[in-house]
Order: sequence, then structure tokens, then C-alpha cells
Amino acid sequence: MIDGRALVLACSAVGAGLAMIAGLGPGIGQGIAAGHAAAAVGRNPGAKSDITSTMLLGQAVAETTGLYGFAVAIILLFANPLIGKL
Amino acid sequence: MSGQFPGMILADADFMIHGVFRYTLFGQELYITTTHVAMFIVTIIILIIMICAHHTMKHAKQIPGTFQNIIEMYVQTIDNMVASIMGKNARRFVNYICTIFMFILFCNLSGLLGLRPPTADYGVTLPLGLITFALVQGCGIAKNKGKHFTNLFQPVPILFPINLIGEFAVPLSLSLRLFGNIMSGTVMMGLIYGLLPIFLKLGLPAALHVYFDVFSGAIQTYVFCMLTMVYINDKIADE
Repeated sequence: MIDGRALVLACSAVGAGLAMIAGLGPGIGQGIAAGHAAAAVGRNPGAKSDITSTMLLGQAVAETTGLYGFAVAIILLFANPLIGKL
Repeated sequence: MSGQFPGMILADADFMIHGVFRYTLFGQELYITTTHVAMFIVTIIILIIMICAHHTMKHAKQIPGTFQNIIEMYVQTIDNMVASIMGKNARRFVNYICTIFMFILFCNLSGLLGLRPPTADYGVTLPLGLITFALVQGCGIAKNKGKHFTNLFQPVPILFPINLIGEFAVPLSLSLRLFGNIMSGTVMMGLIYGLLPIFLKLGLPAALHVYFDVFSGAIQTYVFCMLTMVYINDKIADE
């Protein structure tokens, strides 16, 4: 017999792992951005600094969704709101 | 714990915020936390550097020394960065950008001193985002007067809720981005320090500090300032 608290903790750990799947999207997106930036530098090496700053800005914005997933995982692991509902 | 699960390595990871000193205010139990301590140290370091810089620039030499060179380079870099985004409005905002750039950079780098970075606390990054939000809205109202609010109903009135959410997402995403990046670095470093045996703790984590504290911290500082400028420029640029 599993008591409720242990079940909630176990499911929270699994949920935190599932939330980090959100890291998949930003990874792909940042890779595409970096690839296109590399191609752009190859075509126009003079504009390297402009391209780099634009790429970093775009990558940082693309990263946001992954960080939302990370925030959910951290909340589930260290500030679990579900335990209090038992 | 490790007695119960043989074969598992027990990691005593320590990366949470701790209370250092407890006091009571209006019946509430409050703490001076590690964030306050780290921020106090960072503020003092910045103050010392700035006082030295003020002293150096007062007696600026024709041929600059090392310190004067660094200060001039820093100011020039920020000047160019702001000018490239904002154009002729740059003069009004360069002081603010310079300040938050230095503050966030030193906060992120404070992980190198063994402190818990203050920006890994949501209570620090949310006010930073809210300051930007207030600045963006204030600039919008000052520039466009009543049109600032009627712009929410453009191009069709039915888009009003989406426009409103778009406005309020600015401080949330700005603060969460900074917090998430620095927090993930702090968690990773905490786990690695917890896992490694004592003789490996010297040296090996230094390489990871370079990535998680220096590289990631500098990039996030740059991105925060860049996005702040872009959001402000959205409101005050002439059509």
C-alpha cells in the first residue's frame, strides 16, 4: 500500500522530468538560428557583429519557453504546491 | 538515505536560499537571506569601483593607464550599444542602461566569489522587470499621450485582450528569462559540487564556472539590456 504523500512526491518527480521535455523546442530553434547566422556570416563577413547580436537576441527570446518548463520543474521539486492539498 | 538505496551516490546539493538572520516586523516573521548578503557585497564592490573610477576620471591622463582604459572602454561600448538601437534618443537612456548592465553583470558574476547569485532569486529579477515595464509605459504615455491607450484597440477592437496580455507579458518574460538562466546555472553548479569527491572539487568545476557564470551571465546581461532598449524604442520611435 502506497501512502498519498509518497505517491504525490513520486508523481511530482516524474512531472518535473516531463516538464523538462520543453527543452527540446528551444534547442532546435536555437540551432536553426545559429545555423542561419553562420550562413549569413559566410555570405557577408563584414556584418559579423550585427549578425551575432541579432542571433543572440533571437536565441534568448526563443529560450523563454524552455525556461517556463524549467520554472515548472523547479517548483515541482522544491516548492511543491500539491503536498499541501493532501 | 544511501543506506536504503545501495549503489546510489548521495548528493547533498545546496543551492537554495537560506535565512541568515530572523526578525519580526508588524507581526510577520522575516529573514535577512543569502540574497540580501550577496547583493550587499555586490553593491559595495560596484560602489568601490565607481568611486575609484570617479577619482581616476577626475585626473584623467592624456595617455590612459590600465584602469582608465577599462572604464573608457566600458562606457564607449555601452554608448555604442544604446546608440545602435535607439539612435537620437540614446542620450536619455544611456545612464539607465549603463546602471542595470553593471548591476546585473556583477550579480551574475558573484557566483565566482562563492556567493549565491542574487539574480537567481525571483524577488530580485521581478523588480528589475517591473522597472523596465514602468519605464516602457511611462515613455509610451509621455510620447503618445492618449493614443498610447487607444493603440491597444488597433488594428481591430476585438484584439484588445491579446494586446493587453502582450503588454503585461513584457516584465514577466524579461524577469523569468534572467531568473531561469541564472537559476539553472546555480542548480547545475550545486549538483556538481554535491556529487564530486573532495579532491576533485578543486579545479574541475572551474571550467563549468566559465560557462555557467561568466558566459551565460554575460549573455543574459546583454540580452536583458538589449530587450529593455528594444521595448522602450518600440514606444518612443517616430513612425
